[in-house]
Amino acid sequence: MGLTVVPSASPLIRISGLSVAFNGTPALLGIDLTVGAGETLGLVGESGCGKSVTWLAVLGLLPNSATVGGSATLDGRELVGAPASVLERVRGGRVAMIFQDPASALNPVHRIGRQVSEAVTLHRGLSGGAATAEALRLLDEVGIPDARNRMTAYPHEMSGGQNQRVMIATALAGRPELLIADEPTTALDVTIQAQILDLLRRLQREHGMALVLISHDLGVVAEMCERVCVMYAGRIVEEAQAGALFAGPRHPYTTGLMGALPPLTGPRLRLTAIPGRVPEPWAMPPGCAFAPRCPKRIEACDVSVPNLRGEDRRVACIRAAA
Amino acid sequence: MLRFVAIRVGRAALTIVLVVTFAFVVLRLSGDPALIIMSPDAPAEAIAAFRHAYGLDLPIWQQYLHYFGAVAQGDMGQSMRDGRSALTVVAERIPATLALTVTALLLKLCIGIPSGIFAALHRNGWIDRAVMALATAGFTVPSFVLGLVLVLVFSVQLRWLPSGGQESWSSVVLPVITLGAGGAAILARFTRSAMLEVLGQPYIRAASAKGVPWHTVVRRHALPNAAIPTVTIVGFMVGSLIAGAVVVESVFSWPGVGRLLVIAVSNRDLAVVQTILLLVASTMVCSNLVVDLLYGVLDPRLRVVTK
Repeated sequence: MGLTVVPSASPLIRISGLSVAFNGTPALLGIDLTVGAGETLGLVGESGCGKSVTWLAVLGLLPNSATVGGSATLDGRELVGAPASVLERVRGGRVAMIFQDPASALNPVHRIGRQVSEAVTLHRGLSGGAATAEALRLLDEVGIPDARNRMTAYPHEMSGGQNQRVMIATALAGRPELLIADEPTTALDVTIQAQILDLLRRLQREHGMALVLISHDLGVVAEMCERVCVMYAGRIVEEAQAGALFAGPRHPYTTGLMGALPPLTGPRLRLTAIPGRVPEPWAMPPGCAFAPRCPKRIEACDVSVPNLRGEDRRVACIRAAA
Repeated sequence: MLRFVAIRVGRAALTIVLVVTFAFVVLRLSGDPALIIMSPDAPAEAIAAFRHAYGLDLPIWQQYLHYFGAVAQGDMGQSMRDGRSALTVVAERIPATLALTVTALLLKLCIGIPSGIFAALHRNGWIDRAVMALATAGFTVPSFVLGLVLVLVFSVQLRWLPSGGQESWSSVVLPVITLGAGGAAILARFTRSAMLEVLGQPYIRAASAKGVPWHTVVRRHALPNAAIPTVTIVGFMVGSLIAGAVVVESVFSWPGVGRLLVIAVSNRDLAVVQTILLLVASTMVCSNLVVDLLYGVLDPRLRVVTK
């Protein structure tokens, strides 16, 4: 009897067939995705394609009007439909999330220190002075200048970048294994963006946590991530290592996205916009959702939804060379 | 901060002056108290003597200056009805009115706010619909109609509660319900929409994402923010404690300030009417002032920066 080989790289999170509908209107149409421990995964796509909804669904943060199907497991434990007590321990504990607009993601009537120490108390069992001390240490760690005095500040007294640092400090409070950063720099100035991304990279390295970076900014994703998933209209259409993806996109939508980016080197070229628009969720085409806008469309594209094919590199396009 | 308070207090005083002036002018233009109190058949000398006694024979601007000078010294004048100090006449009615309005205010707060919160937390569920249907009924039915219906059911038909007067504690029940129903309904609606607004804010989702249990999210993160708009309407209710029961006091023949006001107006008992109006304006203005200051306590963004 041989030894059973335990797969060493068993994913931290495995999402399979995850679907979400709001009041019957589908928003997410079956997402398959894994995130390994310590990995950096980028999730790109236009707004409304389901990038955020995927992770809100995993953490059970969607409103009651949402119907969630499929499965999402954390170390093998199912999260979809899990009781509130289980999800509350996961949220901010093993999986933390930061949001797009830090100023509105912080409670306007609570002091910064209290908002950070709330998470410390919840996930580390510290209270009183110990929780405050830990909150202060976290604010220091994320680079809030003069953290001791800023503990008593309110969010409206801080800049957007500082508020995002506070959000990150709060997220770190539970020593998460995975940090989901939902457009963490979209609402910030470009110079501040770079600082926040540097901070995330440093913290990820120091804490060894996995990072999911949700962004519509291909540049940010190219710089930060090892692996990238491209989403379109509620599905993943392409998944690849970042280098491979940017070197040679295979899905026409990914190609289109990159064509819309100005190249930094070489001759000046006209940027190519993708014609048409994303189909409305209640009027999805029968076949590939991108087909109506696709330059490579053939008749077969309208017949059925293409599956995500391939092993290491996956593409959902019948026209793509696998 | 001091400057802020000073400006608010100044504005409050100005409001009171305007109310008093308006009341003074309108009352004097709308009928001669001498003719009403003495009856039009009284001898001309008697009427002239009455007018002289109360300074009604002077030009209106002189009367106004006299009145203002007296009020500034705390003298509200005498009731033309029985010659007693108008302030005394009004003051002895205040406890009866407060017995109704304060109890009704507690009823409004205890029913309105929790049901508003509850409805918001169960948005579009049957609880929400039931609460909102009741609330709509609550503030569309006028208090005199509700009062009379309650009297018809509980006094005339069931004979459980007295239909008026002030004999026992049970006399309070029907007037308080009549007074409280509309306010509770308004508060429920206000609280519900304030809560819905707050529950849709990103910081609520962010708090859940931190792992805060839902009941704590509601208590610690949603309620303090929803309190801000709710305080406005509660402040308005507190401001109308003195004179908010005019109709209900009349329906239930309750010997309070509201009924006194109705009687004093129809008698053109000027000093009494003016005293009541001054009192009403003052309570309303004071409660608005407190609300303004409370905003700063509840919402740090509205706090005045002191440098």
